[in-house]
Amino acid sequence: MGFENIVFYVFAGIMVFSALMVITVKNPVQAALFLVLTFFSCAAIWMLLEAEFLAIALVLVYVGAVMVLFLFVVMMLDINVARMRAAFMQYLPIGIAVLVTMAVMMFMVVNQIHIDAPGRAAANYNNTRELGLVLYTVYVYPFEIAAVILLVAIIAAIALTLRRRPNTKHQNPDLQIAVKRDDRIRMVKMDTEEKK
Amino acid sequence: MTATLLTNLHLATPEIFILSMASIILVVDLFLTENNRYITYLLSQFTLVVAFLLTLNLFSGDTFYIFSQTFVSDPMSSILKLGVYFATFVTFLYSKDYLIQRNIFSGEYFVLGLFAVLGMMIMISASSFLTLYLGLELLSLCLYAMVALQRDSSVASESAMKYFVLGAIASGMLLYGMSMLYGVTGSLDIQIVSQQLGAVTNKTILAFGLVFIIVGVAFKLGAVPFHMWVPDVYQGSPTAVTIFIATAPKIAAFAMLMRLLVGGLLEIHAQWQGILIILAVSSMAIGNIVAIAQTNIKRMLAYSTISHIGFLMLGVLSGTAEGFAASMFYTLTYVLMSMASFGAVIIMSRKGFEADKLDDYKGLNQRSPWLALMMLFIMFSMAGVPPFVGFWAKLSVLKAVVSADLLWLAIVAVVFSIIGAFYYLRIIKLMYFDKAEVSEPIECAIDLRWVFSLNAGLILLIGLMPESLLALCKQVVMS
Repeated sequence: MGFENIVFYVFAGIMVFSALMVITVKNPVQAALFLVLTFFSCAAIWMLLEAEFLAIALVLVYVGAVMVLFLFVVMMLDINVARMRAAFMQYLPIGIAVLVTMAVMMFMVVNQIHIDAPGRAAANYNNTRELGLVLYTVYVYPFEIAAVILLVAIIAAIALTLRRRPNTKHQNPDLQIAVKRDDRIRMVKMDTEEKK
Repeated sequence: MTATLLTNLHLATPEIFILSMASIILVVDLFLTENNRYITYLLSQFTLVVAFLLTLNLFSGDTFYIFSQTFVSDPMSSILKLGVYFATFVTFLYSKDYLIQRNIFSGEYFVLGLFAVLGMMIMISASSFLTLYLGLELLSLCLYAMVALQRDSSVASESAMKYFVLGAIASGMLLYGMSMLYGVTGSLDIQIVSQQLGAVTNKTILAFGLVFIIVGVAFKLGAVPFHMWVPDVYQGSPTAVTIFIATAPKIAAFAMLMRLLVGGLLEIHAQWQGILIILAVSSMAIGNIVAIAQTNIKRMLAYSTISHIGFLMLGVLSGTAEGFAASMFYTLTYVLMSMASFGAVIIMSRKGFEADKLDDYKGLNQRSPWLALMMLFIMFSMAGVPPFVGFWAKLSVLKAVVSADLLWLAIVAVVFSIIGAFYYLRIIKLMYFDKAEVSEPIECAIDLRWVFSLNAGLILLIGLMPESLLALCKQVVMS
């Protein structure tokens, strides 16, 4: 067992552990932070696979940007943990049964599989450069489709959130400024009344 | 490099056109007032018509690969794309009034619809796992958003959420399967994968990847036991969105099945045949039997979709060119029927009223004999009664199954379609032999009336002369 194996198992272990914690801890903020840890260890494994560019992109984009936004959202939401846990216990037996069956069957299959590791690239091999060379040439079509998917995500997000909720109270300054005295005050003529 | 990249780029003009127009419409829509919103609708329809002509113009008997083998243009892709444009065009027509009446006549419906069309086209023309997956994601993302478009309806939001979560799981399964295949064959290119399969010594890992791929595809098709989302989504979405989900994406899902299993994995046909048989039989069984218990017509049609998906798989699992052609014919005609049946639901509905209960169809013959007659066509066709097109679709699929030495499967299919005939005929009984509870006539715009009549008439017309479409399917599958 070489050094590489040790590094792999350490990071894989951390990754599985933190991924488990993401879905089991009570506090959503802790869950988000564990997700950060998962991404970090995943990036380490990618680094081991010689995918340096992707590893760094994962840290920069997911850990640096996406997860920070995610934390904002989590902190702004008021999630009712107790109610969700009730449903969790209800489905737990079925979940465990499915999990065990799947795990045993996958283990039986994967155990027989042996894929030879790909050869090591030379020391001067530049991962980023190679990606750049193919991204806009060989993979230009998938690249464009990915761009369209992002556009659709923007459209969908805006279409679903930009609306007037029916029962929220909001100000309309335009109408407020244009208001006249007569709109607000109604003069009522009435006879004087005698005190009884 | 650039020279090879740009050769035969014109084969992708329909895709490029749809993308450009969708982006233009998106911007134009911003500057329109509520009263001018119909311009968005007209532009979208215009886009579909032009794309139809472009694809028709590009139709040729040859197969070309462009964009470094990630895009394929073959006769099958052209025919399926024409089907997608047609289905979307009719869907938009049906939806227009429905959307206006429910205050969701927004530009997003049409823009997302066009992007979904683009996603379907990408899937149909995919010749690499990567493009296939990206096309699928593009399509699914548009559909999730469209389901949730009616934000004030909690049912719609709930079904969008269910659709999104299950769809994400399905995509994950599909990707995992693809990565396994990539692991053994060393390529994402479907052509190369199919060439490499023979040389793979470790068949276990192939089967492993195959199972995940089939699970992913079955999820997207809505085959039992991965059908849970179908009834909820069909019932929960606004009918204008249901009709969109129920039509064109089925063509794309069929293309995905063909590209993955037939284009890529025909070598291990013996292994996936068994899995598809289980999926097909359980889909036909659950779909047809559970549909009987439904009182909501959208839910009933959803279960009917599941059973039709089972039938569609029969042709593919036979593993012969005839079977593939039969399945293609089945898909195209099913889309035609599904379009008409949801079209009827839209015509029956009006502002503030959804005609989604079976009881709403009681005595339809007294209220509108014309609508009842068209509905009769559709239901007979779905049940597989000659001379309607549904009969020929079922017959050609069954023929393929029998010629693949699976006589028992054909018998099972017939038994279940007889069970299924019950709930189609029940609607006819409700329309013709029951008394109407309300007597008011059904109002419907003139263009809707024409399109609906044409749609239902086409079911009869193709049913009377199915040879040309069948021959066309055979011809394009052969090449």
